[in-house]
Amino acid sequence: MTSKIRITDSTLRDGSHAMAHRFTEEQVRGVVHALDRAGVEVIEVSHGDGLGGSSFNYGFSLEDDVKLVAAAVDEAKSAKIAVLLLPGLGTVEDLKLARDAGASVARIATHCTEADVSLQHFAAARQLGMETVGFLMLSHRIAPAALAAQARIMVDGGAQCVYVVDSAGALVLGEAQERISALVAEIGSDAQVGFHGHQNLSLGIANSVLAAQNGATQIDGALCALGAGAGNAPTEVLAATFDRLGIPTGVNVQGVLAAAEDVAKPFLPRLPFADRSAITQGHAGVYSSFLLHAERAAERYDVPAHEILQRVGQAGYVGGQEDMIIDVAIQLVAERDRAH
Amino acid sequence: MHSVVGVDPASEGLARARTLGVPASAGGLDWLLSLQNLPDLVFEATSAKAHLANAPRYREAGITAIDLTPAAVGPYVCPPVNLHDLSAVPNLNMITCGGQATIPIVHAVSTIVPVPYAEIVASIASRSAGPGTRANIDEFTQTTARAIEHVGGASRGKAIIILNPVAPPMIMRDTVFCAIPPDADTKAIAASVHRMVARVAAYVPGYTLRAEPQFDDPREAWNGWGRVAVFLEVRGNGDYLPAWAGNLDIMTAAAAQVGEQLAQERAAA
Repeated sequence: MTSKIRITDSTLRDGSHAMAHRFTEEQVRGVVHALDRAGVEVIEVSHGDGLGGSSFNYGFSLEDDVKLVAAAVDEAKSAKIAVLLLPGLGTVEDLKLARDAGASVARIATHCTEADVSLQHFAAARQLGMETVGFLMLSHRIAPAALAAQARIMVDGGAQCVYVVDSAGALVLGEAQERISALVAEIGSDAQVGFHGHQNLSLGIANSVLAAQNGATQIDGALCALGAGAGNAPTEVLAATFDRLGIPTGVNVQGVLAAAEDVAKPFLPRLPFADRSAITQGHAGVYSSFLLHAERAAERYDVPAHEILQRVGQAGYVGGQEDMIIDVAIQLVAERDRAH
Repeated sequence: MHSVVGVDPASEGLARARTLGVPASAGGLDWLLSLQNLPDLVFEATSAKAHLANAPRYREAGITAIDLTPAAVGPYVCPPVNLHDLSAVPNLNMITCGGQATIPIVHAVSTIVPVPYAEIVASIASRSAGPGTRANIDEFTQTTARAIEHVGGASRGKAIIILNPVAPPMIMRDTVFCAIPPDADTKAIAASVHRMVARVAAYVPGYTLRAEPQFDDPREAWNGWGRVAVFLEVRGNGDYLPAWAGNLDIMTAAAAQVGEQLAQERAAA
């Protein structure tokens, strides 16, 4: 028996990567309105790299994050508005501003081995009266037991749920399942377990189903898969699939299908797709949001994006090291020039 | 060297000092201040809390404190940028490792053109980040950002720190992005950056440019600014700490440089 699943829609956060962080307030209001009406309980709104992400390194937001959070809160009748924060990039000050704007769920993300940098932020979030969620990014990089130990650090620090985050879309079925099971065994009696899937190897939905069947109770999606890399597990497909399986989500399938088709799809710059670069990301285990940065560096330096991503994978760069994409492109140019 | 002072009798550092023939005590500041012959300078690498308590006692005793904690009792110092203005100040703060690596570059750019915004990304090996850094990571970003403005000369500063656990550990990397005016003299900026890298490398030998400064044309998404990006590597000397811990080396090297220069100026005065 699988218990109720809470779907968190991240169109307005992970989708920010695919939008080059150029969401307008009108788009935010439209998406929140439609998701809220369809019964989605939590809607995440932030720069793709979290609060404070607006920068040269990740791309400047068109609109201030806090202004978009306030607009989302204004538009939502029953959904909670969540924000993402990456310690080292955003700060407790950013979290306070988001809380003042009405955000009620704090999702704190670290690389999967660095959970202890989040303790300051979990403590602050709890103090601010926010619901807390931990995000262990690039979860494919460490073994299930080690990942569970990191989840324990977050829970002890105040996380009420910890996600296995497949930032590279690299987890293949059993690998996702084992990580979920390890987290459920370690923290299940104290906190919930979640799963955040990407489509780079087209397994976002399948991994999410396995996660739900193995004890995860929070699952992320994005309308039309709008997200980094080949995109996220599409919210509307999650809703329809869970409905087919008889797993309750509280989401109205027709409502969320309409949100995807009528609200999100018209503003997509391009349909998320597992192209050569995105598949390379899943295959080589590269952080999905590096995709557009690699494409830009490829154009600027005239080297192939998939070669940049391959090299980034070999170097073991983690989320946040977008600057290294330029560095790699420059090195590829230097190698090419030496070869001639 | 006058002495090495700690609070843990079992400290490896104190034992090491003794084997090198340097007086060492686990008696803390009380021990130091009980001596007849006090030092002129003290390098303090404790915690912000400890330094806040110790700073007034140094001042009273006439000892100049070079503060390697985030306490920031005194002004921020970055040796090639503002040390000459601060030689009479009794307490100097060393900012952060990322600040010592990047603020010279922000300054090198801001002496040529106005810099409305500067942003730095410091990537360090996970193993080089101790429990203090991890528990207070906001202190790093906020302190570094402020110093980018006050010492680097940017109108607005932002700092980002990334911990990378890859094995073998990655060498410290720092990237500096400065917003520059559309008509900026890129040759003059590049030359200024090269001069500054040489000045820092004089006291941090492993401080190098990974590539020539990269100039990008103005963009609408950048508020109409152009951009210069400088990619740095900070390799440690590998004397005691491993070479990948360049972040730890640059802090101690910069602090030692402050001490050297202060000592020279005072000897000359």
